[in-house]
Amino acid sequence: MAKTLAQEFVKGLWEEIPPFRLVLGLCPTLAVTKSVENGIGMGIATTFVLVCANTLVSLLRNIIPAKVRIACFIVIIATFVTVVELLMQAFAYPLFLALGIFIPLIVVNCIVLGRSEAFAFKRSVVPSIADGLGIGIGFTLALGSLGAVRELLGSGTVLGIDVTGASFEPFAFMLEAPGAFIGLGLMLCVMNFIGKK
Amino acid sequence: MRDMMKMVIVLTVLASFSGGLLASIRNGTKERIEVAQLNFVKGPAIKEIMVGSSNDPVADRFKMAVGETETEKDFFIGKFDGKANTVALEAFGKGYGGDVGVMVAINVENDTIHGVSVTTHAETPGMGAKAKEDPSFVSQFKAKSIDSPIKVTNDGGTINIISGSTITSRAVANAATDAAKVYLENKDQILEKIKTF
Repeated sequence: MAKTLAQEFVKGLWEEIPPFRLVLGLCPTLAVTKSVENGIGMGIATTFVLVCANTLVSLLRNIIPAKVRIACFIVIIATFVTVVELLMQAFAYPLFLALGIFIPLIVVNCIVLGRSEAFAFKRSVVPSIADGLGIGIGFTLALGSLGAVRELLGSGTVLGIDVTGASFEPFAFMLEAPGAFIGLGLMLCVMNFIGKK
Repeated sequence: MRDMMKMVIVLTVLASFSGGLLASIRNGTKERIEVAQLNFVKGPAIKEIMVGSSNDPVADRFKMAVGETETEKDFFIGKFDGKANTVALEAFGKGYGGDVGVMVAINVENDTIHGVSVTTHAETPGMGAKAKEDPSFVSQFKAKSIDSPIKVTNDGGTINIISGSTITSRAVANAATDAAKVYLENKDQILEKIKTF
């Protein structure tokens, strides 16, 4: 029953990759993936919060009374989110401007709370870190790939480099909300298709 | 009763630790964040409206507490024709997607607007976002007198709105009016400070 550390880590990358398999954390997934850079930036911020929150929740799991655990999780998560927000303002200001309100909204990202509740509160520290890291990197990959699709179709670039040439007329709607839903739908379709085989 | 006490104690201790951690990180990053904001948000806007000044308006700045709440505000000084006669400050107006930040430069010799430029916004791309991208909108503010509130044509003023973006246009006009108000209220002190540059 007990999975090895490597399995805990790897499951977040494919088996339980958050936006595509669990279909969780859709708000940032849809909102910030206008470009690869934004998607990866958001993913890294979320990964940091996930790993820190998982570690601390797991360390404190015997001290936190079960009745107030959710409140404790929120305090821990909110603290790390604010840390990320401040650090991002200090060291990566353009990224902070691009992500804007969605950084503080990591607090209510159900992936982070979900991992604390479902995993870290019941397990020891090392598997919790592996779990947080795996899920976080999976989230980053998902956001990055969705960002790549939207950036390629919406602006004709990848990571800001023009790859389609001047004759390509970008589909500007891919950068708006409907494009996010269409992009996510296509990605889900591809994931399910591959998964079925 | 014991359970109760434990819950209260755990939450209190956790919250205090978070508070302490955040306060120290905030203090540690405060200066860097200010520098980042100057470089990435205010800086370009100031340079845009103070084009042709003989000094560096981003470097020649002072802080002053204004209004009833005594909030500290940055004032940037521009030198034209060898005299420090222009002062820029940032103000905010309520836009369609949140606050629109506007840098407003005021000529202190004849109390007219030297120029305005949008710093931060979350307006719709292709619509309200034109306030920042399309210079023909903000250039309308040039040389407007600040004795009376600045209004868009819909409200009986003289600023032509960006087509389809009345709310954004109004936000910029309101911000300019606000900046003028702050300037007029503190004019004596501002003039005093400018002399030292």
